[in-house]
Amino acid sequence: MTALNRKLVRDLTQLKGQAVAIVLVMACGVAVFVMSVSTYRSLDGALATYYDRYHFADVFAHLKRAPNSVTGLIASIPGVAQVQSRVVVDVTLDIPGMKEPAVGRLVSIPDKPTPGLNRVHLRAGRMVEAGRRGEVIVHESFALAHGLKPGDRIPALINGRWQRLTVVGIALSPEYVYAIRPGDAFPDDKRFGVFWMAYSELAPAYDLDGAFNDLALTLLPGAIEPEVIFQIDQLTERYGSAGAYGRSDQNSHMLIDGELSQLRGMASIPPAIFLAVSAFLINVVMTRLIGLQREQIAVLKAFGYTSWEIAWHFLKFVSIFVAGGSILGVFVGAYLGRGMTDLYAQFFKLPVFDYRLQPEVVLGAVLLTAVAAVLGTLTAVRRAVVLPAAEAMRPEPPAEYRVRFLERIGIHRLLTPAGRMILRRLSRQPVRSGLTVVGIALSGAVLVLGSFVEDTVRYVFDVQFFRVQCYDVSIVFTEAGSPQSLHDAAHLPGVIRAEPFRAVAARVRFGARHKRIGITGLVRDPQLFRPLDASGRPVPIPEGGVVMSAKLAELLGVRVGETLSVEILEGERPIREVVLSGLTEDFAGLSAYMDIRAVRRMLRETDTVSGAFLTVDAARQDELYFQLKRTPRVASVTVKTAALKGFESTMAENLMRMRAINLVFASIIAFGVVYNTGRIAFAERSRELATLRVIGFTRAEVSIQLLGELAMLTVLALPVGMLCGYGLASLAVVALETENQRFPLVIEPATYAMAALVMLIATAVTGLIVRRRVDRLNLVEVLKSRG
Amino acid sequence: MATHHDQSKTETVAPAFFARGLTKVYRMGEVEVHALRGIDLDLYPGEFFVLLGPSGSGKSTLLNILGGLDVPTAGTVQYLDHDLTSAGEAALTRYRREHVGFVFQFYNLIPSLTARENVSLVTEIARDPMSPEDALRLVGLGERMDHFPAQLSGGEQQRVAIARAVAKRPDVLLCDEPTGALDLKTGVVVLEALSRVNRELKTITAVITHNVSIADMADRVISIADGRVTAERRNPHKKTPQELNW
Repeated sequence: MTALNRKLVRDLTQLKGQAVAIVLVMACGVAVFVMSVSTYRSLDGALATYYDRYHFADVFAHLKRAPNSVTGLIASIPGVAQVQSRVVVDVTLDIPGMKEPAVGRLVSIPDKPTPGLNRVHLRAGRMVEAGRRGEVIVHESFALAHGLKPGDRIPALINGRWQRLTVVGIALSPEYVYAIRPGDAFPDDKRFGVFWMAYSELAPAYDLDGAFNDLALTLLPGAIEPEVIFQIDQLTERYGSAGAYGRSDQNSHMLIDGELSQLRGMASIPPAIFLAVSAFLINVVMTRLIGLQREQIAVLKAFGYTSWEIAWHFLKFVSIFVAGGSILGVFVGAYLGRGMTDLYAQFFKLPVFDYRLQPEVVLGAVLLTAVAAVLGTLTAVRRAVVLPAAEAMRPEPPAEYRVRFLERIGIHRLLTPAGRMILRRLSRQPVRSGLTVVGIALSGAVLVLGSFVEDTVRYVFDVQFFRVQCYDVSIVFTEAGSPQSLHDAAHLPGVIRAEPFRAVAARVRFGARHKRIGITGLVRDPQLFRPLDASGRPVPIPEGGVVMSAKLAELLGVRVGETLSVEILEGERPIREVVLSGLTEDFAGLSAYMDIRAVRRMLRETDTVSGAFLTVDAARQDELYFQLKRTPRVASVTVKTAALKGFESTMAENLMRMRAINLVFASIIAFGVVYNTGRIAFAERSRELATLRVIGFTRAEVSIQLLGELAMLTVLALPVGMLCGYGLASLAVVALETENQRFPLVIEPATYAMAALVMLIATAVTGLIVRRRVDRLNLVEVLKSRG
Repeated sequence: MATHHDQSKTETVAPAFFARGLTKVYRMGEVEVHALRGIDLDLYPGEFFVLLGPSGSGKSTLLNILGGLDVPTAGTVQYLDHDLTSAGEAALTRYRREHVGFVFQFYNLIPSLTARENVSLVTEIARDPMSPEDALRLVGLGERMDHFPAQLSGGEQQRVAIARAVAKRPDVLLCDEPTGALDLKTGVVVLEALSRVNRELKTITAVITHNVSIADMADRVISIADGRVTAERRNPHKKTPQELNW
């Protein structure tokens, strides 16, 4: 080993505490990066392979009823590769042992095993055989939730008649990777399941023999999706199509895509924070080291070491930080990535979904870290390089102090001499002090960023499930029913109140922009389903106008008071001019609400209802469920609280895990910044502190000098941290927003308090570690040595 | 340099260093500091040369220019065929690496390296160095090679510095107040080491000092004050370090 490398090793040993702090902060950045990118790529790769092998469709459409001959017309649309028509219906299931009814989605599969689209992947059992009554394949999520296996039987209410379905196989489908009922915010595998049934059995049950009510198709390479969708809509409108849509609007795909974009987001902002902090720490440590070694550098130069050799010597320190941070970070990142993949595998059902750590991800992480580290080192090493050897031989001039702004305005009069020393030190290096404050603040910001998700999700839950949806149960009738249906529903056992709604597919148009949505007709002053405005107040349902999601209005470019056109995609397809009379602040999907009578008028109907919202006497709910399961006209039943509970426990567990990881990461930042600041303050002032001790100051008094500085920086960092956290959370909210999902920015005081607490505790603990050095200060040695 | 092996100190031999009209002006904020005001100087192969002057006289500046650590504001300086006046950073670095050994008042050892390692620091980048062990034995430190600077006395540290400076077999050894931080007894030991290097390796040895008595061990003495040469003398009979009166 060369003498210079020996120096490197020994200097590093001296710096080990600070080196460890830097390596840990770096490792956090690398870990988050590796975790999110490798998980992203594992998921994205598994998904792409699955979609490709099982021929996941590109375009989908649901309609009322179309003869099979239409399939041929659609296949002849330019750009269409392959078309598959089928029957898709939702039915009520009576799961043994479960009081409330569940919803089953029955999807037809061709009788003859043909190479179709959205192919099912059998996990157990066999495919259904045409001609054998009641055979179904069940989706794995539902099978796992109920412990179903081939041979089990499930009663289902198929078009008003109870029938026993026999499970013959358990399968997965690219269409239901994330098996969630459309419109639901979260999966509920106990109460929603997908089943596949032979076309020859399902179609006749719904009077769809020789016809279909659902379409899936793939596109040829180069086909323009909106163009094809337009043509399909032209062809299928008369068959009651609610509009074709691409993968980006397909429920399962859309939700996974949302996860993928969150992973992408996670791969950018948090690693950038950690790497910026580590760059700052490296800068501080290297500047200090090079400042201390200016005479050594001068000697090396005097003896003919080139500037490059000297720069390389110091860059080696940095390479060691990078190596340490990368190795640790890659291991932790891979570990977390594996955990995250396992977590996704609980929700996303893929035939093959393995965690893979790709070499290029590791390489990318190392490169990013190296860039951050070198950026952090650049100014410090430059100082070493440009240091004139002759000048460096003389010791560094004493630090320059003068009376600054804060003192000129008289603040110092409020301070003790010790306070003045601290204030002068901090204000002498405003950039470094400022960056230190930002560094500590970022630990708080990371916590706020990590925890606000929980606040937001809880807020959305509260609003959605307790303030908008004030009902206990919602039911949907098989066909838009008569007033009698509502009357019957209102008189079911335990029903306290029933409010009807009439849902209809529509196209809203404003200027050149248009959108296919569902319009829900509500009673004038709804009590059980109350759309809320931005300030959380119920939006009045206008007599003639329409109320819609603020996001939908934004997409259409329409403002309150303006008139837009509404085309109902049912019946005679009437088109009406309607005034936008209010906006609702909702978090998922695009919705529009009108007076139920206005909807009926447009449809030229009198008293039709699509379904009803019910409030239920909890004591009699079992009785109600029992009855509902036996009401043929009821197509599906959603029980709000039951669904809520299942998800809350899963979510709480995941959020808890996330919170723990965040806590560790934020503490590492706080520790890294505070420890380095403390150590450097100590090193720079050891003579001064020793002098104070010699002239009679106690250890405690001297410690106050050092810890006071850290305390002052931390106190300054608290509000900055809250502010940065708020800023980052706002960024995240914008980044996460999609057409179908919006997150309000909600940060509870408790989240800020927790962030502040962690910052304070991390500072206090680190401060005490540094304080031990004051106790061990060797007065004589310190005063003897130069500089 | 191998071509200057003869011990002649007469002007008939071509000088190794040739400086004319050396001027150095520093700018310190608003003030211009004239460190050197037109110095002419020749240094001959193998000579032991003392530059005398009070602090602030400009002697360190002169030494830095001779050693390639600094360049003059005006005037010329040449070492053999190297023009040090117009040399760039890279050329000066190469010049220092190949020809110059430095000894500083405060030793400037690397505290994290042992005596042997401090010397290796230089031998590792030299073309034809002696071994660090030989260099340390030359200054009488054969027994303390694996000690860190903090474990050595001031005199010992300065001898390590001398070993480090001579280990590369430099053509010129430049010493800036080498005994400035030492007491008489240790100062003598250090000067003996320098004298031995000059004698045995024929290295041009330039010592700058404000200590007049050291001048007696030189072949030639130049006094400078306020950036100008004020006197030059030649010692017909050099004293040994032990004979010096401090």
